[in-house]
Amino acid sequence: MENNKKSKFGKYGGQFVPEVLMPALYELEESYKKYKEDPRFIAELHDYRSNFAGRPTPLYHARRLSKEYGITVYLKREDLVHGGAHKLNNTIGQTLLAKYMGKKRIIAETGAGQHGTAAAMAASSIGIPSEIYMGAKDIKRQEMNVYRMKLLGAKVHTVTSGSQTLKDAINEAMRDWATNVETTFYVLGSIVGPHPYPAMVHDFQKIIGNEAKAQILEKEGRLPDSIIACTGGGSNAMGIFHPFLNEDVELYAIEAGGSGLKTTKTAALHSASLCVGEDGVLHGARTKILQDKYGQILESSSIAPGLDYAGVGPELSRLVDCGRVIADNIQDFEALEAFHELSQLEGIIPALESSHAVAYLKKADDLGDLVIINVSGRGDKDLNTVMDRGI
Amino acid sequence: MKHIADAFKRDKALIAYICAGDPTPDATTRIVHALIRAGADLVELGLPFSDPIADGPTIQAASQRSLQAGMNPDLFFDLVKTLPKTVPYAVMTYYNLIFHRGTMTFAKDCRNHGIAGIIVPDLPPEESDELGEACKKYNLDLIHFIAPTTTPERIERIIQSSSGFIYLVARLGVTGAREDLEDRTKSLIQQVHTDIPKAVGFGISNPQQAKEIINAGADGVIVGSAIVDMIARNTDDINKAVEEIETLTRKLKRGITG
Repeated sequence: MENNKKSKFGKYGGQFVPEVLMPALYELEESYKKYKEDPRFIAELHDYRSNFAGRPTPLYHARRLSKEYGITVYLKREDLVHGGAHKLNNTIGQTLLAKYMGKKRIIAETGAGQHGTAAAMAASSIGIPSEIYMGAKDIKRQEMNVYRMKLLGAKVHTVTSGSQTLKDAINEAMRDWATNVETTFYVLGSIVGPHPYPAMVHDFQKIIGNEAKAQILEKEGRLPDSIIACTGGGSNAMGIFHPFLNEDVELYAIEAGGSGLKTTKTAALHSASLCVGEDGVLHGARTKILQDKYGQILESSSIAPGLDYAGVGPELSRLVDCGRVIADNIQDFEALEAFHELSQLEGIIPALESSHAVAYLKKADDLGDLVIINVSGRGDKDLNTVMDRGI
Repeated sequence: MKHIADAFKRDKALIAYICAGDPTPDATTRIVHALIRAGADLVELGLPFSDPIADGPTIQAASQRSLQAGMNPDLFFDLVKTLPKTVPYAVMTYYNLIFHRGTMTFAKDCRNHGIAGIIVPDLPPEESDELGEACKKYNLDLIHFIAPTTTPERIERIIQSSSGFIYLVARLGVTGAREDLEDRTKSLIQQVHTDIPKAVGFGISNPQQAKEIINAGADGVIVGSAIVDMIARNTDDINKAVEEIETLTRKLKRGITG
């Protein structure tokens, strides 16, 4: 059977899934192609984005942070999207698509609980039942999001296999999908997974970059020198980077350095697959992954559950390989410092995930004079974690 | 070395799956001998992967036990080399382990250690060009799947690129023992017209199901989780596991040939 070139980002991407799911991926690709041009779908999506999600989000000039670092820093306020993170941009799009496709139920995986919450919100408002898979370890550290999902009417499944984090939640969601593929839409939360997910999710998230581009031109009359975004799977990063790919703007994908770029026999102490991962196949796509010498997937680690993942979007793997995106990483303690710094200097409590992007201000050598940081989510969900560590 | 096709030459074939190294390599050797004594025509050996998305709880747990006991691709090939070559062997594993070793190296290792076929549940035909080439070079069969969701056009294309046997997936979802048989399983068997042997797996656990599948027109039956369950229940007493597995295998074999 001929190789499917359209599903690839260079050598990355593809559709490495069981045969039972292949027809569903073709169906999804066809439907997405059809509805993204459908005026009814576009109008409904626009309505949800404006009046439910609260878009456009502001591009905020962080005056005190700017003064601290001697450059002009703007924050793209995805923390202000309904639900508290950029995740709703994608879940609204996919859940609406599920409705147009006549699917009876949506499922989703979640790490921090942000995607799960956003999926549950989209499902409730669009009127379709939702079930969320979440690792037992994440359930413990993100109690409030678990409660939020239940409150929103979602059924939450605890995943006890493997490392009990995001990777295992994706495994379990894929098993559910294979079982109920005829009636169920899998709302995947990042630019990972088999084609067409990486491309479709980037489409739904690129509104972040489109807005930011117009906003910075209006406020500063020019494009920024650099854009910084935290990267787990990479959806907020790809979302803000996309409209700037062909511009003279440095793009920084900041991964979780955890407690250092070291590895034990079965676990990485970090989640930095772009920085130190190797080529492999995980969750339906060829990309950079954290693996042992035989190709077994390593457990990853980060204080930020939304970054705690052994893979990364295939599109970002390609962009890093060809030098268009620069990958770097921030350790747990640096992210915690930035969490406090932004709270105290700007009155904005960032998610621990987004704190990695903020922390890069301090670590970077030269970001230029004008910088945009994507504050992908708010940090209310992380208060327990931070309280445990002390101020 | 036996070829995959040899399993289907005499009669309808019983294909037995176990995860290599579950709970130890020695146990695997003893269980394989028992499977062959009891009439298994082809042994499918799982090379455990950390993230087996096509497997249900039984085989997930077996993979975990095997990995925790230290199984890895090097040890896997060492183990296969020592097994009796009176039946053909296929390896069942996920693509990253093959990709990481290198498709050519993996295929060559299969050839050199007595594996005749490769089954990769997360490798649809669209992505299998590279491994297909390697299999061709080393004269191995790359086994493709046909699922209940596979469209008629895809069925034709999959048949075109198949050799050894075609793995018909009996039901939607993941591996795991079930008692019943869905009507759509039988209609799937009847939809696939080819001279290549058709073997049915996913959820087959008892002689009655096996018999019905053969009567519906299949050339073989694949049983995995039901056997692995017997290992899971007796990890402390492998003698008992061997005994139970041998008894089940004999019954299954009678179910498909009797």
